[in-house]
Amino acid sequence: MTTTDARTVGEDLRQRVADFLAEHDHTTMDRLEFLRARFDAGLAWVNFPEGHGGLGLPRALQGQVDAQFAAAGAPDNNPRGNGIGLGMAAPTILAFGTEEQKKKFLRPLWTGERVWCQLFSEPGAGSDLAAVSTRAVREGGDWVVNGQKVWTSSAHKAQMAILVARTNPEVPKHAGLSYFLCNMDAPGVDVRPLRQITGEAEFNEVFLTDVHIPDSQRLGDEGQGWKVATATLNNERVAIGGGAGGRESGMVGVLAKSWREHPERRGVGQHDKLLRLWVDNEVARMTGQRLRQKLAAGEPGPEGSAMKLTFARIAQEASGMELELLGEDGLRAGDWTMKRPQHVDFTGRDAVYRYLRAKGNSIEGGTSEILRNVIAERVLGLPSEPRVDTGIAWKDLPR
Amino acid sequence: MSDLDLLYTDVEDDLRSSVRDLVAARSEPATVAALYDGDRSVVDPLWRAIAGDLGLAGLLIPEERGGAGASAREVAVVLEELGRSVAPVPFFTSSVVATTVLLAAEQGGAADELLAGLAAGERTAALVLPLSTGPGDEVPGFAVDADGRLTGSARSVAGALEADVLLVPVGTAAGTAVYSVPAADAQVEPVVSLDMTRQVADVTLEGTAGQELIGAPQGGDAVARALEVGAALLTSEQYGVAQWCLTTTIAYLKDRRQFGRVVGGYQAIKHRLADLYAAVESAGAAARYAAAATAEGDADAEVSTAVAQSFCSDVAVKAAEEAVQLHGGIGMTWEHPAHLYLKRAKADQIALGTPAAHRARLAELVDLPAPAPVG
Repeated sequence: MTTTDARTVGEDLRQRVADFLAEHDHTTMDRLEFLRARFDAGLAWVNFPEGHGGLGLPRALQGQVDAQFAAAGAPDNNPRGNGIGLGMAAPTILAFGTEEQKKKFLRPLWTGERVWCQLFSEPGAGSDLAAVSTRAVREGGDWVVNGQKVWTSSAHKAQMAILVARTNPEVPKHAGLSYFLCNMDAPGVDVRPLRQITGEAEFNEVFLTDVHIPDSQRLGDEGQGWKVATATLNNERVAIGGGAGGRESGMVGVLAKSWREHPERRGVGQHDKLLRLWVDNEVARMTGQRLRQKLAAGEPGPEGSAMKLTFARIAQEASGMELELLGEDGLRAGDWTMKRPQHVDFTGRDAVYRYLRAKGNSIEGGTSEILRNVIAERVLGLPSEPRVDTGIAWKDLPR
Repeated sequence: MSDLDLLYTDVEDDLRSSVRDLVAARSEPATVAALYDGDRSVVDPLWRAIAGDLGLAGLLIPEERGGAGASAREVAVVLEELGRSVAPVPFFTSSVVATTVLLAAEQGGAADELLAGLAAGERTAALVLPLSTGPGDEVPGFAVDADGRLTGSARSVAGALEADVLLVPVGTAAGTAVYSVPAADAQVEPVVSLDMTRQVADVTLEGTAGQELIGAPQGGDAVARALEVGAALLTSEQYGVAQWCLTTTIAYLKDRRQFGRVVGGYQAIKHRLADLYAAVESAGAAARYAAAATAEGDADAEVSTAVAQSFCSDVAVKAAEEAVQLHGGIGMTWEHPAHLYLKRAKADQIALGTPAAHRARLAELVDLPAPAPVG
């Protein structure tokens, strides 16, 4: 697309949003009706195809659409309340779903009528996700699911879930998985809070006991679950590591503010450490900027996998240093009572929370150790880890 | 803070290829290593080819002053390639630092002829300051008498051995001026250097006749600007050094076997290389950002230079140290080129200000002040 074309497309889109706003008065319309109409007009996610909430336009144009709706004071779909749905379930459904599945699930997902969660990790399948042991057995037109999932954020608020389960234990582990869309209100779904080191429970354990899922809610072919799950996880790493924050974004911004506002906290040995973190954070911003430019130019950027490593390290070091700077105040925590946070803000709340929550940054969405394997093998072309679990039926694996 | 373009243009890619091809054809690791044993025969033909044949010496010089009218972005690409090959040429000292000093001289003045000579690749210049001098450092001036004769000395000057003309900062009551002195008239004493691919020299003038090119105090601004641009663009050379170290080490570890396995398959090694890869890619973005900000005169240029210097200096050293370690015994030999890169990386870390010095500057630029002194 030439620059002139791009400008024309942007202007046409602006006009389209203006026309929509002229025809739909959000001050008098029901909020959900307004959001559904916006979806039907292709203005939900413009990079999605027509008929599924989009117009088949470049993803980069979404920002101007959202800004235009916001400027008009129109209600949004509360994207923070459905991060997994919007960021992970939707692109996967779009890529692997049947027309019927897309028609049924994408609109209520986008409008927020249905919040989604992710039933992937298990107590025995963390980094080794393909080892999941939750079983799905076919029974007539349904699948009957039994097993235990863990680290499920939003499970207590979600109506729907993306689920990976074992449909064939007789074949090697990657080949025996299938991917399902599971109703969280189905009988047999038991959601329990999983309290974490911050004292609260962002996450859940989900116990599945004889849960029935109709075969029409299988996403992709039977046995293709690993391929579908990989697509979901690629979107997760982009979501976690690809933050487009500006200078002094994230934990380093919190630390810099503390340093400026409290001269009495400054220590000689800490000054250079602070500056190193500031530099690392700024270089991460530049690296992210270059990555986005490469993606926009159609050059895939392998440094995407490295961004999450860097993000986790900086967040952990900066939040640790912040506590140190606080001195005697660093000994005082905000609140250990068990709570259900409405949303997660890594840089929010108090310094003790920030320090503890940041420990999860190098674990969630792929541990830093696994990411280093990924970089070494897929980017640098080094040999894979020696494995004992290939070519063996899942049921015969040592565990 | 604008959204600077951090990608390479097609023209820049072409420029990179021509530099890479030329250096590959004319400079081998063995002949570069011979510099350490006193054989400097590789330098002149390589420099003539780069400066004259490829016409790169005049990249920063505007067309109306006889140059190519390119920008810091193209210069950065050349420096990446020269770093990747530890090329022993005075491109950085003459075509970047000394040239930037001269570009501050008014057109139509005494510096014109020299600039035209530099642009044509016929002359080579060096700024007479220790290579370790960074932006914001105090610049010690040579003394000048009423007849324009200069006296003084400077240690560890880079590029002086290859130069035919020296640019001398001169201290006057009005500030710093810049004079030129024919290199042949100065005492230029070669120093056994950490990095013999950019060998330094001690320069002494004892009542040597000089010509004023830039008066005081503009000369001081010109030198300060040259140190700023030099610091910004040296990071691209450091990125090139780091890239060579990473790719060469990976290639070796895919081949080298111990205990019946390819060494690059051990997780202890893979994780170190993954971390190094992340650091080198980040250094590439930081160096590119500094070059783009310098080229566009962006308000963010000083901050991005301090950031890139702090980051890339250490990454280049880390990459070279990892290259030596991960090559094992062969990495410790004189025969393997890894040491050439270690020596260049370590010298570059000190050049144009240490990482710590750049962080101290950054502290002022972004308002993160040092603790107040106790007592």
